[in-house]
Formats: sequence, C-alpha cells, structure tokens
Amino acid sequence: MADNVFIAFQTSDESRAIVEAILADNPGTTVDEQPAMVRVIRPGSLTIRRETVEEHMGRDFDLQELQLYLITLTGNIDETDDAFTLAWHN
Amino acid sequence: MDMPTTTKKKLGIKEKYALMTRGLDWETTYQPMDKVFPYAKFEGIKIHDWDKWEDPFRLTMDAYWKYQAEKERKLYAILDAFNQNNGHLGITDARYVNTLKLFLNGISPLEYMAHRGFAHVGRQFPGVGPRVACQMQSLDEMRHAQTQIHSMSNYNRYYNGFHSFPEMLQKVWYMSVPRSFFDDAYTSGPFEFMVAIGFSFEYVLTNLLFVPFVSGAAYNGDMGAMTFGFSAQSDEARHMTLGLECIRFMLEQDPDNIPIVQKWIDKWTWRGIRVLTLVAMMMDYMLPKKVMSWKEAWEIYFEENATALFNDLARYGIKMPDCAKQALIDKEHISHQAWATFYQYSAVSNFHGWLPSSEEMDWLSAKYPDTFDQYYRPRFEHWAKEAAEGRRFYNTTLPQLCQVCQIPMIFTEPTDPTQICYRESEFEGDKYHFCSDHCKNIFDDEPEKYVQAWLPVQQIYQGNCFMPDADPTKPDFNPIEEVLRYYNLQNGRDNMDYVGSEDEANFRAWRQTSTQN
Amino acid sequence: MPVKAIKDYPLRVADSVDKFHGNIMLFVGWDQHLMFCAPFAWALPPAMRFGDLIEGIFPASFGAHPDFALIDWSKVEWLKSGKPWAPDVNKSLAENGLGHKDCLRFRTPGLCGIKGSGS
Repeated sequence: MADNVFIAFQTSDESRAIVEAILADNPGTTVDEQPAMVRVIRPGSLTIRRETVEEHMGRDFDLQELQLYLITLTGNIDETDDAFTLAWHN
Repeated sequence: MDMPTTTKKKLGIKEKYALMTRGLDWETTYQPMDKVFPYAKFEGIKIHDWDKWEDPFRLTMDAYWKYQAEKERKLYAILDAFNQNNGHLGITDARYVNTLKLFLNGISPLEYMAHRGFAHVGRQFPGVGPRVACQMQSLDEMRHAQTQIHSMSNYNRYYNGFHSFPEMLQKVWYMSVPRSFFDDAYTSGPFEFMVAIGFSFEYVLTNLLFVPFVSGAAYNGDMGAMTFGFSAQSDEARHMTLGLECIRFMLEQDPDNIPIVQKWIDKWTWRGIRVLTLVAMMMDYMLPKKVMSWKEAWEIYFEENATALFNDLARYGIKMPDCAKQALIDKEHISHQAWATFYQYSAVSNFHGWLPSSEEMDWLSAKYPDTFDQYYRPRFEHWAKEAAEGRRFYNTTLPQLCQVCQIPMIFTEPTDPTQICYRESEFEGDKYHFCSDHCKNIFDDEPEKYVQAWLPVQQIYQGNCFMPDADPTKPDFNPIEEVLRYYNLQNGRDNMDYVGSEDEANFRAWRQTSTQN
Repeated sequence: MPVKAIKDYPLRVADSVDKFHGNIMLFVGWDQHLMFCAPFAWALPPAMRFGDLIEGIFPASFGAHPDFALIDWSKVEWLKSGKPWAPDVNKSLAENGLGHKDCLRFRTPGLCGIKGSGS
C-alpha cells in the first residue's frame, strides 16, 4: 500500500470548506479531528482543487490562501493556480 | 477622448514565481564570485545549476507580505481578546504554565537564532531561488520569536520563571541542550545548516513540537499559546517544503553530494531526537489534560511520516538514519527519564517539578504498558512516599553530561532499561563521554568541534558560573545558591516543587476571585 | 575526520585539566539505581584518598537512596571505563590511576534499586 500523505489545518469555517472539498475530490481520505485542528490523510496523494473549494466556500479562493490555515503537511508539493497536490513518488 | 483601456492579464503563479526569483543576479567583475560567496563550496557540495531550484509553493514576496499580514491580524485579535478576558485563568491548571516557561526559555530564543541562521545562509547561497526562500524564512523566524515573546509576556505579569529568558538561555544548565543544538547548526556551513534546520528540524521534527503540543495547549485552555503556535506552524509548512527541496536539489545536482547529505541527515536526525526529549516530557507529564502520549505522537509524526519520506528519498540512494532504530525503543522511555530528571533537579531549574498523581500514573501505565509500571512507577511512588513524609527528594549533586547533546547521562542502554548507557572516546589525551552510540559517532567525526562544548557542569566546577562578587574561599560560601544567583533565578519562587509554590497559591486564589465576588 | 572549515581550525578544549584549579573531574554512577537520573560529576583533588570519596562525598550524593545504608563496600564491584577495576581505598585518586574525566561505575550485588526495579 502507498504511504500516506497528510495535511492539517486550524479549525475554522474556511478550513471546514477546504476539508469538504478534499473529501469530495479524493475518495479514500480519512479525517482525524484533534483539539483546534483537523488532519486529512490519504494513501499516495491528495489534491485540493480551487474550483471545488470555491463551491464549498461560496466565494473566490486563491490556493495560496491555504497559507493562512495550514498547520503541517507531508509529501511532495505541486502547486498551480488550479490545484494543490501532495504526493509521494514511490 | 476615449481612455485607452489595457486589461492586464493576471500572471499565473508559475509565471510570477519565474519573474520574481530569476534573473535578479549578475556575475561580479571587480571580485571573483568565490570571494563574494565564500561559504558556497568548502563543505564539498557541488552545485551546477542554481536555476534548477524551485520552491514548490512558488511563493513570491508580494504574496508573502499579503498573507503574513493577514496572519498577524488574526493572531493579535486573538491575543488581545485572550488577555482582555484574563484568559490565563481559564487554563486547566497552573502546572500547565510551566510548559510555557520551558517554551519561552528554551524554544523562542531558538526562533531568533533561526532568524539569524537563515539570514546568513540566504546571503551565502549563490542562487536567487533559495536566497528568496531563505529571506522569507528568516523573516518568519523573527516573527515567531516576537509573537511568542509577546504572547507569553502576559503570563510574565502573573507567574514566576518568565522574567529573564535571554539571560537564562545563556546560563541555566539544561538550556545548553537547545542552545548547543542551534550553535552547532549555525557554526556549520550553509548546506549543513539547511539539512540541520531546514530538513531535520523543520521537516522531520517540528511536527512533534508544534502540532500535538500546541493542540494540547488548546486542549488545556491556552488560547494564547494555541494561536501563536498554529500561526507559527502555518509558516512551518513552507519551511518544511524548503528543507525537503534543498535536500532534493543537492541530491539531484551531483552524485558526490549523496554521502555528504546522508551523513548530515544521520547526524541531525539524532541531534533533533535528543532535543525532543524535552517535548516528550511536556506531552506526558506537563499537560494537565493530555491529548495523546509522546509515544503516540512519535508514531504518527515520526515513524509513519519518516518512513514515507525515506521511501520517497530512496530513489536518490538516501536511507533512513540508523538512529531511528534506537528511537523506536527510546520512545517508551525518554519522557519518563526526562521528567524524573527535572523532578529531582527542580531546585536548580527555572520552572517547577511535581509528581504525577495516581490518576496520571494510571494514564501512563495504560499508554506505556511495557515500561511504565516496571521501570518508572516504583521511582515516582517512592518519591511520593518520601514527599508525604517531608523528605521531598532534591538532587543537589551535579550530573555527568553527554559531550554532544549536553543532556545529563540519563538514557539507558537500548537493550537494558535498567542500565545507563555509557560511551567514551579519547581525543588528544582527554576522555569524552556520551549518552549513546549516535552522539559518540557525531563526536568522532568532528572531535575538534565538540571539544569546545560549554558544558554547564564543567563550567560550574571551573568557577565560571558565579557572579563577580562571589568569593568561593569564604567559609559560608554556598555554591548552589551562588550558581542560582548567577542564573538570575529567584530562589524559592522560580524553582522547587509546584506544590507549595507561589504560582500554585496565586492561581488558586485568582481563580476563586474570577468566579466569586 | 577533521572539521571542514574555511580557515585553520584551532583546538580549543573547554574542559582541559589546567582549567580546574588543581582538581580533576571524576564521574561516578551507581548501576541499577536510576533514582539518581545520571552519574554524578565532581571536581576533586587528585591527592584525595579514595576512601574519603566513599566516606566523605558519597553520603551527601547517594545517601537519599534506601539501599545506600545497606551497601557492604567490601563487596562492591567497580568498573572504570566499563572494565573491571579494583581501587585501594587507602591510596589517593592519583595513586589509584584516576585521571581527569575518568568515569567509574559501581555495582552493589543484591541491591537492585527500589522494589528491584533498577530505580
């Protein structure tokens, strides 16, 4: 089985929409809720799509805004204007 | 007249990153480039094309200012609200405040050292991409130091032990552990610094400091620490990425870099693991309400994470450091060993020690079924009995320290938890002592560096830790009191057991007044 | 391996014996008694009688352990740098071959710490 990647956010309305978008786009994602934070985990890779986040947030969203809510992540990052992907290359 | 309308197309992040991190440099003509960047080559790392460096976040200075300003606004809104509402009285118990004392004394000054370190290596790298990334990280680290000091200054108004942190970092015995870690990194070359701090510390280890511990701060009602912790950690995700990118960049640039990078990964993973001993005891013993055990945090954030990471790096020929095997065993022990140490040396520490309650010991038994009852419970129960009979155990003899990590020699043999691990090397006619094979290997590789270690115990015995007016020849000379005076530690207030302390009494009284007239 | 540096790297030993005002540093640990979290460190005159170390220094440092009063010092096993070693209590530290930053351990057969836990 592929190693897990994960990303964690501070809990907030914005991060709730981001997590919902991740769950919609990435089947097999699990959510680990900890005090004041939420960590989403998926084997191999995980993609945050701008459009899906915008649907869940109800407003425009620039993926670089993730910087505001991020706590930690693992995996190699590939960020474009439309998608933010974490993946292990193995 | 019609105004000419030009609709400027917004640049995509890839284009913007290329525009703002490339072509900003020039080849010098008055001085050779090697003199302009004197530290770029001596470590043996070979770089052929600096433009191959790419920040995966593609963060540019304009976006950086925008988001950092937003983070600051959020942070200070919460801090102000916390302070205005006497937030410190909402924490679970004032024992918790001692984690903040450790944090302010031992960690926040390192943020400042990280600021200096990244400013330095940012200046020294000949490539613009890493220079921009290091500049941002340098600013972040300054921000972390400032926001942490600012946030904890509110506690300094009410609690002991916060008053002299910059001085104490330089003087207090156990502070040499985090301080020497950073001094070691800072005095290496720019590439080793990036592996030490950018990779091992940020990528492999800060998750354990900031994530479960800060989540624990939230769980214990400390909105102040939670908010500076998570605000800092939101920068760490970028720092981790920089560290990992630096590793990959070195490995891709030249195969000769691989063994050098592997050696640094081995060294700095272990250096970091040893420093994290302090965090282990914060998690298991110092948080009144516990989020998860140190062992559980270790399994999630180190074992699972590092396994995935080193599987990923395997394609470059990089292996998981050998020390991870010992860490796998040590995760069952180090928090107990560390807390037992601070309990017995709390007469000379700038925060309080205390015994775990019987409920807390049961929690530890459940979390550490293979070790706690067998090796550690008897020690704590014995001390509890002694304390109940008026003989609270204070150890006042100085301990032997490891030459490399500078932690007292408290760690046990990986094969025998009842036996202290002793290792020794000889260099130029002198003996040096170590807590582990890994610290010994680090020394043996660069003995000239580590013979310079400012070991607090050795310094006290040389007479270097007294105030200028202290006179050791006087008959009533009390060396411990004199060392505490040198530390600027308020004897009887900052130190000793939490039970009976001013902090305990004040918290109880204030909490009562916060709920009654 | 020497330190890689941009210029000469001088040897600066921070705890060489000349800095201890005539004393030597000595480290002593009591095996299987981890109530004392680490071995102890002292700076002592090399002319000190080894017996005075046991009688004059140890009680203040190790005496808090309930096993300490039960030690039969004639049966104690000593290790120096991890190897078996036999001191002469009536000779000085120097005459016993102890030098700066030597590390001793002692074992007390039959005494294995609090409730036999090694504590």
